[in-house]
Amino acid sequence: MNWINAIVQGILLGGLYALFAAGLSLIFGVMRLVNIAHGDLIVLAAYLGLSTTIMLGVHPLLAMLVVIPLMALGGYVLQRGVLNHTLGDDLLPPLLVTFGLSVIIQNALLEGYTADPQKMSAGALETASLPLGDLSIGVLPLLTFAIAVLVIGGLHWMFYHTALGRAFRAVSDNQDIAQLMGLNRRHIFGLAMALSLAITAVAGILLGVRTNFDPSIGGARLIFGFEAVIIGGLGNLWGTLVGGVILGVAQTIGAQINPGWQLLAGHITFLFILAVRPRGLFPRMTG
Amino acid sequence: MPDTLLSTHQLCAFYGDFQALYDLDISVAAGEVVAIIGANGAGKTTLLRSIAGLCENESQQVQYRGMSIGAQRADQIAFNGIALVPEGRQLFPSLSVEENLIIGGQTKRHGPWNLQSVYQLFPILQERRQMPSTQLSGGQQQMVAIGRALMANPDLILFDEISLGLAPVIIKTIYEALPGIIGEGLSAMIVEQDISKALSVSSRFYCLQEGRSALAGDSQTVAREDISKAYFGVD
Ligand SMILES: Nc1ncnc2c1ncn2[C@@H]1O[C@H](COP(=O)(O)OP(=O)(O)O)[C@@H](O)[C@H]1O
Ligand SMILES: [Mg+2]
Repeated sequence: MNWINAIVQGILLGGLYALFAAGLSLIFGVMRLVNIAHGDLIVLAAYLGLSTTIMLGVHPLLAMLVVIPLMALGGYVLQRGVLNHTLGDDLLPPLLVTFGLSVIIQNALLEGYTADPQKMSAGALETASLPLGDLSIGVLPLLTFAIAVLVIGGLHWMFYHTALGRAFRAVSDNQDIAQLMGLNRRHIFGLAMALSLAITAVAGILLGVRTNFDPSIGGARLIFGFEAVIIGGLGNLWGTLVGGVILGVAQTIGAQINPGWQLLAGHITFLFILAVRPRGLFPRMTG
Repeated sequence: MPDTLLSTHQLCAFYGDFQALYDLDISVAAGEVVAIIGANGAGKTTLLRSIAGLCENESQQVQYRGMSIGAQRADQIAFNGIALVPEGRQLFPSLSVEENLIIGGQTKRHGPWNLQSVYQLFPILQERRQMPSTQLSGGQQQMVAIGRALMANPDLILFDEISLGLAPVIIKTIYEALPGIIGEGLSAMIVEQDISKALSVSSRFYCLQEGRSALAGDSQTVAREDISKAYFGVD
């Protein structure tokens, strides 16, 4: 029973990891930018959620209505103001700049909120659970997973059925030719980063409701997201969800064997899949 | 002489330290078809890319409808009504045939061209509209590239070697479609390696040689030996 429980918890945890990964994957797909600050932006969103709940006295899930537009706007400005200037044939400048951004965010959060662990309270939602046979499934993890499926499904739909998604794919294929179509790539990149950070806002708040957070935990979230993307296969959104689930299950099974093995089991699974399938489980067919 | 639609003024273009175009003066009148010929590496593609905004130039070096557009970005130039059919077709592999056409109409300029009229021009594309553009034959891909440019309802369309790498029968089909494309007041610049093709569809021509204009004149009356001289740079 414990094992089945571990697997179910792992699957649900995978939803959160898929949310970490989706924004990362979107940015890499559209502009080949690896955003080292992604994890810290998730933590930033959690803190913004915390401040919103305190200042407005609202439930963390409602705080999303404030934090999502805030992060999206910040993403657009960040992209147009800073990151666009680093993009080019050389992959190194954007890596260095987002690494710098990561350090800046961490230090700003330390200044603003201290190093003390924080948590957002979701009230009764935190302890609510549904019985499933002999198992008891937490409503919050279930909700997180459902949101992850919705976000990834929505992203997929946007990518393949809207003008914006078409523009994302076109710019990703060939920036010059996309410009000839009247698409300003700087604006499109700004929109992609806005969308990425909107998802980050969702992920950050769900993270902050689920566990304690402090300014230093961004790096590990970046790695989880990164591993989920690679396991699922670059450029495949549903693959990213599967990647998140595999990582989550590996971690909970590891923890079931020995509580200290949670993270290690996740990393080993990642390395194993990378060794066997270097392009991930479901690499995108074209390109 | 009808109004000049586009003109270049001592246009220079560079790839890093390498200068590809030297002081080029070229003009296209409204409704006119101009051919650009020249050997491989003469600078034809660079000229079209400069006009379309993909190469950086100084603002006043390209004049279009009284505006200096040399320093505009390609997307701004697209909105102003210049479309490029790029060398090697360069369709978007992630987009279906129809999506490639639709994205060509992104600028939402008004005019005769829309999905229906492009499908009328190239009926095979309608049959293949859901396919990834990568699954089409070279000739069909070229039709998509032309259709994609037309979807912008441009005032000036730039063709870069549309017959390159295609079977003669396909080239014939595409060139037979050209009068229907250029007929209605559209201006065009046509780059071709095949000199007689280029001359037959144009009224004037420029022959480039190593980034300079070596010869210009009337497409119908020019003597072939003059072209050969300008083309190969032999005296
Ligand atoms: N991306 C590039 N980088 C450096 N040099 C280039 C590039 N593209 C073209 N060139 C050079 O510029 C010159 C003109 O090229 P191009 O305009 O493509 O000629 P054409 O289309 O007439 O064959 C050639 O000498 C070519 O080698
Ligand atoms: Mg060329």
